[in-house]
Amino acid sequence: MTTPINLTQAETGLVDRFDAARTGLAGSDAVAALRASAAGQIKAKGLPHRRVEEYKYSDLRAFLKSAAPLAAAVSVDEAKAALGAADMLGELDRYRIVIANGSYVAELSDVAALEAEGVSLADFNAALAGDKGAALLAQPKSAGTDGVLALNTAFVQGGVVLSVKAGAEVSKPVELVQIAVSEGAQVTRCRVELGEGAKLRLVETFAGKAGAGETNAVFDYDVADKAHLATTRLMISEGAGAVLATTLSRIGAKAELKTLCFIAGPDFTRNQQFVAFAGENSEAKIYGVTLARGKALADQTLIVDHAVPHCNSREFFKTVLDDDARGVYQGRINVAQHAQKTDGEMMTQALLLSEGAEMANKPELEIFADDVICAHGATCGEIDEDLLFYLRARGIPLEEAKTLLVLAFLSEAIEEFAEEDVTEILEQRVRDWLAAK
Amino acid sequence: MLEIKNLHARIAEDGSEILRGIDLTVNPGEIHAIMGPNGSGKSTLSYILAGKEDYEITEGEILFNGENLLEMEPDERAAAGVFLAFQYPIEIPGVATMEFLKTAINAQRKARGEDALSIPDFMKLVKAKSADLNVTMDMLKRPLNVGFSGGEKKRAEILQMALLEPKLCVLDETDSGLDIDALRIVSEGVNKLRSPDRSMIVITHYQRLLDHIVPDVVHVLSKGKIVKTGGKELALELEKNGYADYTGAAA
Repeated sequence: MTTPINLTQAETGLVDRFDAARTGLAGSDAVAALRASAAGQIKAKGLPHRRVEEYKYSDLRAFLKSAAPLAAAVSVDEAKAALGAADMLGELDRYRIVIANGSYVAELSDVAALEAEGVSLADFNAALAGDKGAALLAQPKSAGTDGVLALNTAFVQGGVVLSVKAGAEVSKPVELVQIAVSEGAQVTRCRVELGEGAKLRLVETFAGKAGAGETNAVFDYDVADKAHLATTRLMISEGAGAVLATTLSRIGAKAELKTLCFIAGPDFTRNQQFVAFAGENSEAKIYGVTLARGKALADQTLIVDHAVPHCNSREFFKTVLDDDARGVYQGRINVAQHAQKTDGEMMTQALLLSEGAEMANKPELEIFADDVICAHGATCGEIDEDLLFYLRARGIPLEEAKTLLVLAFLSEAIEEFAEEDVTEILEQRVRDWLAAK
Repeated sequence: MLEIKNLHARIAEDGSEILRGIDLTVNPGEIHAIMGPNGSGKSTLSYILAGKEDYEITEGEILFNGENLLEMEPDERAAAGVFLAFQYPIEIPGVATMEFLKTAINAQRKARGEDALSIPDFMKLVKAKSADLNVTMDMLKRPLNVGFSGGEKKRAEILQMALLEPKLCVLDETDSGLDIDALRIVSEGVNKLRSPDRSMIVITHYQRLLDHIVPDVVHVLSKGKIVKTGGKELALELEKNGYADYTGAAA
């Protein structure tokens, strides 16, 4: 039962975009059916908006004024040129996997070197066309009928399937870079599968300018028993577009997932994560560092499902807001009735640098088991004048003292995340952001 | 070095008057002790010298080497040579002590038009000065003042003072919370910094500190005014008779 709604210009545009693009989109018949159903959801319900609980503070319908066409395919040379101009990680010694304008570019990815480390890469579109194509678009129950996921399912242009074989420990971090070479929506989906006991450090970056079209990237992590996955996501881009990322994580037994999402994005950025424990004695550490100024909105949303007993999760988010920026943190820990001995600790802290900045902190616990340790907290404040005075009394000028204190505030999360490869990169990004004021 | 003339100040927030006409001249090389009961305005005076914004100056002026101190920002005062050793040094989680020391030294050097210290020179300097004050490498590796004991915090303050080489040192109850050994170490650190072109204002409740850091002049502050000035023997007299004579006298 849905009442027909009046579609906005952007929503009508998305429906038209689907009709125009559908025959060219990859996938088996089953995949095509899933795409059509997802597009049908957009047509029936529109984009997620403020009366949808999960989007109360991040009204995508109000933000998206129009629907740009999907970004056109680009040549390897064009992608290569764009990539050279937009290196996000500088000197970091790493392997690289490249997605340009929504499509996997094997020619620019370190296929052979990764193969030697036990990592195989496949084009997501080829996998979508296979027997198991539809399974690649599966989504966890906790994601419900999420509108951003539906947009992704309808329009996904490509991506990569990265599989690390059991026992392989990849020696260097792997950068998965998604570059917008030209205007247009960029819709991707990547699957990251770790075999039993495998270890991988992944750095996900977005490069290029967020233009008229939305960026919508889904990352689907499957972490097998005893495997370790550490991912850092840099949602840093210029421009006025919407950048949307969704993580779906499944964690096996005795496994570990550690993630940090760093947002210093354009006008509308949302990072949402759906994390599910599927095996006992595992650990998830989810960190977030968010910087926003101007009229930007930055949203970190998270659901951690403790569906099995004896798992630990730690959620630690830090936000710094300036000007009229708005920050959103929505985090929920679900503990199922039989998930005894769950240990969950969630904290969200915001630092407001201006009178006009606004933070919505919404930490939640939903606990059905009776033998658990769960805690949550939220703080929101300004720079402590006493700390500032102490630094200035030692000769440190005001702006430099503020930089030190903002960095100190954020470093608690960055340093607890403790991925040494990226610590300096992240701290430099914070300094750059502060200096750009 | 320092001239305070008829200084009146109140708390900006609620308007309560704390300082009611202070006159004080400190010449180069002199050590002045300021003693007085709780609430007499000793800490307020130290904060006003360092530039804390919570106070409003209603009358009077402060000249530091001929310059109007009250018109300078806290960091400008520090670069000009004013140093306040805090009564309660502040813990700053996330700011590494070494990083802080380097930033402070180089910010002051930059303000004075000098080149930044190289990392090896900086390390050498810190190592030399911290050994004197029994400040360990372990302390320096921690975030600023975090997890330091009371004595460690005070030693760290004096280390900062030794590294920054100020012209005017204001020590706000540096003896509070110190045991006898720590008091000796801190006092030795301070005495090492005595020099003909460096002045000090030592604020304390107790004469004990003045056995170690021997002042040239002792002032008694009561109800926001200096009510008595004398030599070091004045401190001994106060220790014997208490402040009763002066709090009465000022009323």
